[in-house]
Amino acid sequence: MSIFKMSASTLAITALTATVAAARDNVQVAGSSTVLPYASIVAEAFGENFDYPTPVVESGGSSAGLKRFCEGVGENTIDIANASRAIREKELAACAENGVTDIIEVRIGYDGIVFASQLDGPDYSTFEPADIFNALAPQVLVDGALVDNPHTMWSDFNADLPAEEILAFIPGTKHGTREVFEEKVLAAGCEATGAHDAMIAAGMSEDDAEDACLAVRGDGVAVDIDGDYTETLARIDANANGIGVFGLAFYENNTDALKVATMSGVEPTTESISTGEYPVSRPLYFYIKAAHIGVIPGLKEFAEFFVADEIAGPDGPLAEYGLVSDPALGDVQATVMDEVTMGN
Amino acid sequence: MTDASLHKKGKSLLALDARTKKRNAAEARFKGYGIAAIAVSLFFLVALLVTIISNGVPAFTQTYVNVAVTLDAAKLDKNGNRDIDDIKKVSTFGYKPLINAALVDAVAGIETELSDKDVGKILSASAPAVVRDYVIANPDQIGETVAFRLLTSSRVDGYMKGRVVREDLARDKNLDAAHLDLIDVMVGQGSVERVFNWDFVLGADASESRPEQAGIGVSMLGSFFMMLVVLILALPIGVAASIYLEEFAPQNRFTDLIEVNISNLAAVPSIVFGILGLAVFIQFAHLPQSAPIVGGLTLTLMTLPTIVISTRASLKSVPPSIRDAALGVGASKMQAVFHHVLPLAMPGILTGTIIGLAQALGETAPLLLIGMVGYIATNYPDGVASGFLDPNSAMPAQIYEWAKRADPAFYERAWGGIIVLLLFLLTMNLIAIILRRRFERRW
Repeated sequence: MSIFKMSASTLAITALTATVAAARDNVQVAGSSTVLPYASIVAEAFGENFDYPTPVVESGGSSAGLKRFCEGVGENTIDIANASRAIREKELAACAENGVTDIIEVRIGYDGIVFASQLDGPDYSTFEPADIFNALAPQVLVDGALVDNPHTMWSDFNADLPAEEILAFIPGTKHGTREVFEEKVLAAGCEATGAHDAMIAAGMSEDDAEDACLAVRGDGVAVDIDGDYTETLARIDANANGIGVFGLAFYENNTDALKVATMSGVEPTTESISTGEYPVSRPLYFYIKAAHIGVIPGLKEFAEFFVADEIAGPDGPLAEYGLVSDPALGDVQATVMDEVTMGN
Repeated sequence: MTDASLHKKGKSLLALDARTKKRNAAEARFKGYGIAAIAVSLFFLVALLVTIISNGVPAFTQTYVNVAVTLDAAKLDKNGNRDIDDIKKVSTFGYKPLINAALVDAVAGIETELSDKDVGKILSASAPAVVRDYVIANPDQIGETVAFRLLTSSRVDGYMKGRVVREDLARDKNLDAAHLDLIDVMVGQGSVERVFNWDFVLGADASESRPEQAGIGVSMLGSFFMMLVVLILALPIGVAASIYLEEFAPQNRFTDLIEVNISNLAAVPSIVFGILGLAVFIQFAHLPQSAPIVGGLTLTLMTLPTIVISTRASLKSVPPSIRDAALGVGASKMQAVFHHVLPLAMPGILTGTIIGLAQALGETAPLLLIGMVGYIATNYPDGVASGFLDPNSAMPAQIYEWAKRADPAFYERAWGGIIVLLLFLLTMNLIAIILRRRFERRW
């Protein structure tokens, strides 16, 4: 019976330690899987150079991270949310409802979104937003009339593209990347092909037409990938005729398997993205809970370290990994230094 | 009458008639299906093992380069008073040029088209941290030249393992073919070597820019603490519940309902326990995120039914004559159970527990929901309390995390992690088999 006494006392001890050691001494970060690599690089360097413990970085997607961020203030909520898009009004309202009012928005740099295909696959080397729209939209303009997308080959609508069956692996709707893909590629293609105007001419309201422009055909030609880029890469590996949507950093780490296509004639590189020449890019952010500064040790130091020149600057480890450094990094540093919250 | 008719047709008993032949053929076919099924499963088993081993074994070796670094006092301790706080102010970025210079010196005799700045690309990004840690631990060494064994970058390591070939590097900005020429010469000189990778087995996770540094050690500790929680909670609770249900509880509708529900619980998908753990332990009880104690509690819920079912089975297999004999010589019911039945059922209970633990050890899904996936397994716990409460990962969650990272070197580590995990599972199953063989009694 001593086994019962023993386990009862261990139970009690575990419960006790759980309550005693509730004070948290490490920074906790969660959110976008696109920002995760950068955040982990910074967290690692932070742990090496400071006496604070290495921050914990979880992924899960921008929306999931912001949702957890907005759960409230306190030690059992996260301190920083990573996001590959700006926070939405709705999320700000949810935050405010739970008492999370003082939020510091920090833009760490830019990320390019590239279209890549199998290295030995068909010659997908140049795309225009119009090509992607013609290939993937549910309704396209053919000979001036709006019809259900009849295209099965890339060469059906652009003779310069290879005569291969259309197959695209695009980020799922829970990814921040999807939003950029829709706005910078599909919407742009919709305008360029004239489909947008045709929809309005057909009696759609401006808003409906814009929404319709962002839709993707549902007949298996455009495949939503809800996992990470690794999954997209595996699909590309298995389908020689497929093209996939990747982050620039992921592509640059897998140049032995992938080749990249130009968009509107511009090749995606850190240079072409920082100058804004390459059209499909987006800012990356993290959000700090100002109420946690001074409570969680090392939080402000971590945020300052994240945007320091030696980390986020053009020669820092983040740029080396694939982040496009923010030309206005000085302003961002000032924001963090002075703890300027959103709306102030 | 039958005999007569058989004779009439001229059939002997030895000659098979059509129906017997058909039956025999059916039996032979069935045997054939069985053998085919076994052959197919064997084929897949072999294919699986071959894939795991061929992909995972390279993770157990790692390429290092030996460099003598001059710890320049002018850069590392500007005031010259060896004050540890001053020395700590020099970040890893201050160490990078020193190491680069040391490497340039080391390759001075080798002809290369690389610029001095580019030579540093063969080193891992972890190198400055290694040197800085050394200097902080030994401030008296500032000004001396110290020999270091530093990690090479994952691309160089991949080249040594045959994963990276020269053609791939033409479009890779991380390394050039010229680096590989340099490496070839350095391997000849013995300054670059590939040795057993203790850091992989014992080390912590690393960020995405340095897969060469990543190890599974910290998450192994995370798994260990979780299993400890499971063991100290699930075993006593599970055994107590089964003893009560099996030996003391009255047989009625209510206990029947409980029994059915325990069996049902064993079949609940593990992700359900994960979401329960998130809601109950983290959001309601305010236990810390990503902590092994929460993982352990969640896995306890999952393991309990397994232990209850196996304990009840082994209690049932103890013959009633043992109980009757004990009661007959005047033992109370409790004495009969604890002095006689339980010891005899122990081997079965332990086997069930170990198998339940092995199942929990390999479980990933619930851990995803309670925040044990990400860049987490980076700090060694400071002690027992921190082992339970500080954020950590677990082996299967770490493997999942590596498998989804961008650098192909992480993929290799994921397979290596699978080998480590499988070794643990095999050991646990082996212990279960040995226990059963040695202590089980047949009646």
